[in-house]
Amino acid sequence: MLPFLARRFAALLGVLFCVVTITFFLMKAVPGSAFDREKEPPPHIKEQMLKKYGLDGSPLSQYARYLGDLVRGDLRVSWKYRNRSVNELLADGLPYSFKLGALSFVLAAGAGVAIGALAAARKNSAVDFGAMFSALFFISVPTFVTGPLLILIFGIWLGWLPVGGWLEWKSVILPAVCLAAPYAAYVARLMRNSMLDVLSQEFIRTAHAKGLSEIAVVYKHALKVAILPVVSFLGPLAAHLLTGSVVVEMIFSIPGAGRFFVASIENRDVFLLGGVVIVYCTILVAFNLVVDIAYAVLDKRIRLHG
Amino acid sequence: MGKAAEPSTPGASPPNAGWAALRKNRAAYISFWLIVAAAIIAFAVPPLMPDVFKEPSDSTYLGPFDRSEGGLHLFGTDINGKDLFYRCLAGLRVSLVVGCAGALISLVIGSLYGMIAGLAGGRVDAVMMRAVDAIYSIPRLLFIMVFIAAFDPRIRGLLDAGRLKAAENGWEATQDWLDSLIPYSRMIILIASLGLVEWLTMARIVRGQVLVLREQGFVLAARAMGQSRLAIIRKHLLPNLSGIILTYLTLTIPTVILDESFLSFLGLGIDDPAASLGSLLKDGAQVINPIESKWWLLAFPAAIMSILLLSLNFLGDGLRDAFDPRSSKGR
Repeated sequence: MLPFLARRFAALLGVLFCVVTITFFLMKAVPGSAFDREKEPPPHIKEQMLKKYGLDGSPLSQYARYLGDLVRGDLRVSWKYRNRSVNELLADGLPYSFKLGALSFVLAAGAGVAIGALAAARKNSAVDFGAMFSALFFISVPTFVTGPLLILIFGIWLGWLPVGGWLEWKSVILPAVCLAAPYAAYVARLMRNSMLDVLSQEFIRTAHAKGLSEIAVVYKHALKVAILPVVSFLGPLAAHLLTGSVVVEMIFSIPGAGRFFVASIENRDVFLLGGVVIVYCTILVAFNLVVDIAYAVLDKRIRLHG
Repeated sequence: MGKAAEPSTPGASPPNAGWAALRKNRAAYISFWLIVAAAIIAFAVPPLMPDVFKEPSDSTYLGPFDRSEGGLHLFGTDINGKDLFYRCLAGLRVSLVVGCAGALISLVIGSLYGMIAGLAGGRVDAVMMRAVDAIYSIPRLLFIMVFIAAFDPRIRGLLDAGRLKAAENGWEATQDWLDSLIPYSRMIILIASLGLVEWLTMARIVRGQVLVLREQGFVLAARAMGQSRLAIIRKHLLPNLSGIILTYLTLTIPTVILDESFLSFLGLGIDDPAASLGSLLKDGAQVINPIESKWWLLAFPAAIMSILLLSLNFLGDGLRDAFDPRSSKGR
């Protein structure tokens, strides 16, 4: 187990190194300088500013110094938000993103399992067809279609819920539903298939033969086994929700960390972009690692290597 | 096992049997004709529309079915007074072109990569597949965003330089051609980068299939007869891979369309004056406000996008049931 962990951790660092390098040089390849969007200051001030932001010297030396700062945990200062460090900006934004993600996680897993189990229990009924058609709909149609439509219907025509921002608890409902819907649909399909497999097995027939009620058979005996594939999807689900929230945060104007992605690209804000990419990639790769370990703990047949 | 396991006519070759199975799958069959119809409309109708519909005008934000200005505005007009029906068709065309072209690039890369890995086997195969796993684990779309920001101005500059050069030498045809390409530089780079990113699933599927095929008797026989590797690939592997490649091509098209719309929605893809379904959705989402909601600007692009993606997914699923012997969705 320990050598496995060490190797995977080294791989994680390797991936992060590549990510940082590619991002840095891609941003360096963008024509024009960070002064494009504002008046260029006199040469001596410009030189001072470039020096302060670590943008003087050859690209290679800039890169080396940036890597050094990163190792010390310093993500540097944002070019656009002059007096704020990237660490601070991310620390402000990430809690919102995490809260939204956590709520969507619970919604996607809970609703998905319930709908999938129900659809399997009533196979080929109207409930089943309805559930599976809407599942396909939400898998096919992206959040940037459903999000504005949700705002239009529930926020404006019906006026039930706030359309954006993060002022009261109600304002998180629409973004969470919007973010969770495609994954709830995926979980529901997964759950239905797995439930159908389980329901055709011998021990379910035995449970029926014992005279147990339909509810006890489906929701006590079968559910316990059928839920396993869903459990293994929870890791990727968490990772998907994280990246998916970038666009949802934009649609619903949530002050999370996702909005920095597009803003930093548009502003040529190299260090803010670098910080966001590093944090997101770290979380994603770490989730994958956690999932691998969880598989091994849950299922003794899987041997860890690589 | 999919439906392809029982060919409808005895002795039918796999592609024909697959087609027969597809025809029996009503949702996929209807979707197929819907997509064909949408493509024909998107390419044939816009040239027939009056020119006033395509240009900005003073009649902004007319509601749907408005007849007041220069004819029937089926979907109303947008912020610049352009006809929304025309814009939607133009956007649909761009999305279809980007989707198909990007998917084709991913097909070439993915199937070559998969075939090489599968045929080489052993250590080469292991390394190549680990690389695919590694690329899977990073958020690729985020890199595309940076990539486009970095290279779009360069490609534009390159085209511009080429145009000036052509003007110097008096090559008018080249100059005109490059001139007409400049507004599409974003689209070119989008197609290229999306194609370069979405080949991973194709590579995995093709490699898996090649691993199965290369152990089959007829491949062994061909090798024993002294056929060259290339001949084996061309005569024995490709025909047997065509069904599965076609299936995953259909499944890649909606993915690429989604990616493109995602980027356009964020303002990093196709932009004014060109349109894609994503950029139309962005424009529609921006004018939603409680005082005066111009719902048609959002509702029509959203509806077209939903129908297109649903049909492509139905068709892809149907093809997978028909052609992919390993899929178990036939339940």
